[in-house]
Amino acid sequence: MALNRVWVFAEVLDGQPITPALELLTRARALGGTVEAVCLSPEAGSAAAALGDHGATTVYAGTDPGYTDLLLGGPGADALAALAGEHSPDLILFPTTYTSRDVAGRLAAKLDVPVISNGLDVSVDGGISVESSIFGASQNVSTRFEGKGPALVLIRPKSFAAEPSGGGAPTIVPVEVPIADRHRSARVVERVVDKATGPKLEEAPIVISGGRGLGDPKNFALLEEFASLVGGAVGASRAVVDAGWVPYAMQVGQTGKTVKPTVYIACGISGAMQHTVGMKGAKNIVAINKDAEAPIFKLADLGIVGDALKVIGQVIEELKARPG
Amino acid sequence: MNVVVCVKQVPDPNSVGQLDPTTHNLRRDGVEVVLDPGDEFGIEAGLQLAEANGGQVTVVSMAPEKGLDAIRKALAMGAAKGVLVSDPSLAGADALTTARVLAAAIAREGFDLVITATESTDGYTGVVPQALAEYLGVPAVTFAKTVECDGTSLKVRRQTEAGYDNVEASLPAVVSVTAGVNEPRYPSLKGIMAAKSKPVDRLTVADLGLDGLAPGQAIVSVQAAEQRKAGEVVEDDGTAAHRVVEFLAAKKVI
Repeated sequence: MALNRVWVFAEVLDGQPITPALELLTRARALGGTVEAVCLSPEAGSAAAALGDHGATTVYAGTDPGYTDLLLGGPGADALAALAGEHSPDLILFPTTYTSRDVAGRLAAKLDVPVISNGLDVSVDGGISVESSIFGASQNVSTRFEGKGPALVLIRPKSFAAEPSGGGAPTIVPVEVPIADRHRSARVVERVVDKATGPKLEEAPIVISGGRGLGDPKNFALLEEFASLVGGAVGASRAVVDAGWVPYAMQVGQTGKTVKPTVYIACGISGAMQHTVGMKGAKNIVAINKDAEAPIFKLADLGIVGDALKVIGQVIEELKARPG
Repeated sequence: MNVVVCVKQVPDPNSVGQLDPTTHNLRRDGVEVVLDPGDEFGIEAGLQLAEANGGQVTVVSMAPEKGLDAIRKALAMGAAKGVLVSDPSLAGADALTTARVLAAAIAREGFDLVITATESTDGYTGVVPQALAEYLGVPAVTFAKTVECDGTSLKVRRQTEAGYDNVEASLPAVVSVTAGVNEPRYPSLKGIMAAKSKPVDRLTVADLGLDGLAPGQAIVSVQAAEQRKAGEVVEDDGTAAHRVVEFLAAKKVI
């Protein structure tokens, strides 16, 4: 089959489309058909240029303040359902973010079409299929849509690189789907941005993650010190996040963040599949763990059987002593 | 208040899951199954809210017969009642079908608040709570890090990529809770004994009056993924830190 029209759902942060949306536009360009973006935010106007730069020929822009004052799931699904009814896209790509998951999940129920999650790629060959990996990326699965469209797909961030298309300014089509009163019973009263020092987990060239093997939440301070010396970011395994040692935002793994740094250093992390799926895309992996049998050593380019705290402490000393 | 918590029996997350090569359904034979660890936070949140506001917790699960064990554990923790939707036609059900079935069972039960995990530990599609909310016609306040409820309205600290949002909503609503929202209690011996006599409704798809549950997606292939090759593993003899620094320098990140 040939695709007529592919849509990318683009969230906006600080007046710009989020990077995962630009990644999806880049991929969408190679699928054939017309590539368009749907952007629901009072700042959709300022975000449109970047969407056009990445291949969207049309941006359906909804600027109702409700799109940020309310939870986007309900109003977003309503708007997309109305737009899809009018323009019949074959495929709608969503980045796997908290809010896009809300929109895609509701839209699936609203349109009674399936949504496939955790996609790593989409292919079009006789039908629309989604490639994903399951069980901690030990198996690759291809899932095909059957029945009526549009096909809804959630793709994990960093599955593709965002590259400009050299395309011109997009046509902006205003979205004027009213927000239903029933969506007004849940509202965002405050947005809090965690003050992060240093680079973001998803962007840092070095990620140093800690797990249960660190023994105590206060030992994360050592990882922070290491990270600050090398311009890195600190991540964590699900086990320590579940135990409340560090915030959920630091979780690397299936249900947390996907990272692809130049070097990933796993400290006191055994390497449960839940975790490795979020970090095995790192260019290089260093693992430090007391347990010589820990599965993480099967992935590591450099594996050290030893006390992670002791080794990291010595690394910090050596880094401080380095000239320049 | 009536709190409904959705629970799921999953293969032990510590074991390696397998899909059946012919049916492409999850292999359940010979695999240890447990109450999804993520669901324990939802049960605990539900119990705390019911205890604070008066009311009770009903657990709802769509699962093969074995799923009863997950419901019993929730009952042992303190839930008052269970509902198990079990039907051979639901084998391999996708997220949308799951949401439709759960919504029908929950609507039949009546609710002020529905609590779920953000995703299951086996399928981790992560869209069931939202689809459920759409079917039930209520807001989905998702990815909750904290949940407060006075019986008529909710205050939720919702995880975002940048930090968190403080969200207020009126009931009824669906809330999905992240891990770490609370410290789930262990079932007491008394709880385990009491659970045996608590009611569990057993329902089929026909009982729920659902039809047209054909899945709109099919797995067409399953293949082993290419694995990274292990590198060098060394015992720390006091020089490991130096090796790490050399490694970082060789990769030009310092």
